[in-house]
Amino acid sequence: MSSLKTPAPPGASARRSRPAPRHSPARRRQLNRLDLRFTPYVFVLPFFVLFAIFGVYPIVYTFWIAMTDRSPMNATISFVGLDNFVELFTNDPQFWNAVVNTFGMFALSTIPQLIIALLLANALNRRIRGQMFFRLAIAMPIITSTAVVALIFSMIYAREFGLMNWLLDLVGVGPVDWRANRFASWFAIATMVDWRWVGYNALIYLAAMQSINKDVYEAAALDGASQRRQFWSITIPQLRPTIIFTLIISTIGGLQLFTEPLMFTSGSGALSGGTEGQFQTITMYLLDVMNQRFRWGYAGAVALVLFLLIASVSFLNYLLARRISSDK
Amino acid sequence: MSVTSRRRFAAIALASVAVLASATACGGDDSSSDSGGGKVTLVVDVFGDQGFGYEDLYKQYQTEHPNVTIQERGKGLGLGDYNTRLTQQITAGAGAGDVVALEEGTIVQFFAQADKFVNLADHGANDLKGNFLPWKWEGGVTPDGKVLGLGTDVGGMAVCYRSDLFKAAGLPTDREQVGALWPTWDDFIAQGQKFAAADKKHKFVDSATNFYNIVLMQTAGAGTGYTYFDKSNKLVIGENPAVQTAFQTTTKMIGAGLSNNLRSFSNEWNAGFKNGSFATIGCPAWMTGVIKGQAGDAAAGKWDVAKAPGNGGNWGGSWLAVPKSSKHQKEAAELAKFLTNAKGQTEAFKKVGNLPSSPQALEDPAVLAATNEYFSGAPIGKIFAAGAKELKPVYLGPKNQAVRDAVENALRSIEQGKAADAAWQDAVKNGQAAGK
Repeated sequence: MSSLKTPAPPGASARRSRPAPRHSPARRRQLNRLDLRFTPYVFVLPFFVLFAIFGVYPIVYTFWIAMTDRSPMNATISFVGLDNFVELFTNDPQFWNAVVNTFGMFALSTIPQLIIALLLANALNRRIRGQMFFRLAIAMPIITSTAVVALIFSMIYAREFGLMNWLLDLVGVGPVDWRANRFASWFAIATMVDWRWVGYNALIYLAAMQSINKDVYEAAALDGASQRRQFWSITIPQLRPTIIFTLIISTIGGLQLFTEPLMFTSGSGALSGGTEGQFQTITMYLLDVMNQRFRWGYAGAVALVLFLLIASVSFLNYLLARRISSDK
Repeated sequence: MSVTSRRRFAAIALASVAVLASATACGGDDSSSDSGGGKVTLVVDVFGDQGFGYEDLYKQYQTEHPNVTIQERGKGLGLGDYNTRLTQQITAGAGAGDVVALEEGTIVQFFAQADKFVNLADHGANDLKGNFLPWKWEGGVTPDGKVLGLGTDVGGMAVCYRSDLFKAAGLPTDREQVGALWPTWDDFIAQGQKFAAADKKHKFVDSATNFYNIVLMQTAGAGTGYTYFDKSNKLVIGENPAVQTAFQTTTKMIGAGLSNNLRSFSNEWNAGFKNGSFATIGCPAWMTGVIKGQAGDAAAGKWDVAKAPGNGGNWGGSWLAVPKSSKHQKEAAELAKFLTNAKGQTEAFKKVGNLPSSPQALEDPAVLAATNEYFSGAPIGKIFAAGAKELKPVYLGPKNQAVRDAVENALRSIEQGKAADAAWQDAVKNGQAAGK
């Protein structure tokens, strides 16, 4: 690392046992001061160097590229100002279709996901037989690779010979072409997401519930509060920071939804997310623009708008979650 | 919170260090290729499950040129991933191999970056013009006359069919007679309707898109000579009659209920081969390998190959090019010339069945006499060679793939029940957005 090459003075313990000084006391004092002042920065430098390379540079570069017509097809790069953004906002129905899809699938997956997780955590917080087993079991899906989950669910939702259509047939409902119908595809993808993430959120809620002081519940029980009342008046308000955390994490994950809808189509042309873009998300559109249409500048603009969307939705979530406990 | 965030920082830092370390490790590999003393290491980038079948040729070349070591990368890598990576490497001007394979659908995209490739004419490629089918040669030459790539294989075009299903439906099974059933695509659809009337369980063709692409290339070859983009790279999807004709013929085929609605290369499509759910498929030479792999031993002898309707055709095939980022351009160009000569192409055909693009190799007894036991002993060399020689060249624009995806999606939406007119509107609208 670069930091090791800098002439950093030895640490405090070495200084104490240092033999007769070779420098004048004044010079030594000065070195000492420099040491105290700069060594901490040298120690944290590696992180900031890496962060600058892998964090700051790509972000700044994205801003720059979004204002150009950069493409591997163009010999020269020309500055186009806000043209990409203007086109994105005024003349790109496919992008807005992807935005609607992303939010639709986000709502369809996140709301049930967090509610189920909360109820699951509440159930597991009680004294039940095989508590440890259940707590571990709900966390299992997280260790499964997303690609595998998507692959298995794609088979469950296959048009022909699919498990889901077979079950529907048993109850007398006709088969559904899960990839042709917009809502059906959203539903299928939402179940994939939820299967994987419900346990994770439940585990977080459970951990937070365990840290709530039991005395509060005992006092409430003495005052005659029912289980339900305890849940709404003690558990939920106490979980507020945790709920905000899971909401923000789910928002980031949900708006960047990619692998599940991509793998939902097997074979060629998966990036278009269905024949009419029924389940194409923003990230899929981003890659479509970048790797199929080779409009790298425009893809930069899409990425920045996605960033703005996530930031504003996270902020909205935060405002909403703050009200949870203040409305008593 | 501060503890977790600090830990996360630490994790990120650690991960970054790991990335850096692996990057330097790669750098180490590269540096070995430009060692002095006349020793040269050439990296060849290919794609596909089978690779290009060059293993024995590498050995021979290394024996003849003791100073050259050849490394191949990319066997098993899908074309899509390969092409995305190659685009980035070519644009960045670093990381690509010394010899890279460019596929039919993507070479046009690299025409726009022709200045990043070595003009093989500078290495005597123009003398080799007679070694390639004329349309294949032209496919590797940019509009302003630079030789970007030398042809490897071509797909050719035939129709593979299930003779057992044909027999059950009362159609002839002999490959000569079957080929005579369908001089045109309309005849093909008519035969399909006959088949559908006799057999309710199986479909006549696998999918609309494969059918459409063959018809489009033939119609365009016989007519305008280009598809979605004209020769000045202007998007003409709505105006080109060839596109509209091919779309309508395909719509008619879907309307007759002949398509099995299977997306190419999807799990369902693969299962379709296994379950024998369709009777015919548009069949370039390499497709015989796909069918054998997917349908398996149980279907051996049930498949056969016949001439395709219309005037020949092509699906797939590649070129070898040398990027300017190569440190050994002269040696790389020599290797590309060696791998694409008639003998090299015949070797590759024997190894993995890729149909040669060299007329001399197509006349080679080893190719002409080749039969395929799996396909009831069909003389595949002869059938595919005939289809390949008849082909007329068709110009594809640099963003051909993106526009093609949009049109294919519109066709699939008809299979899912959308009205044909509305789907055509979609094809034009989305095609225009994709070709921007």
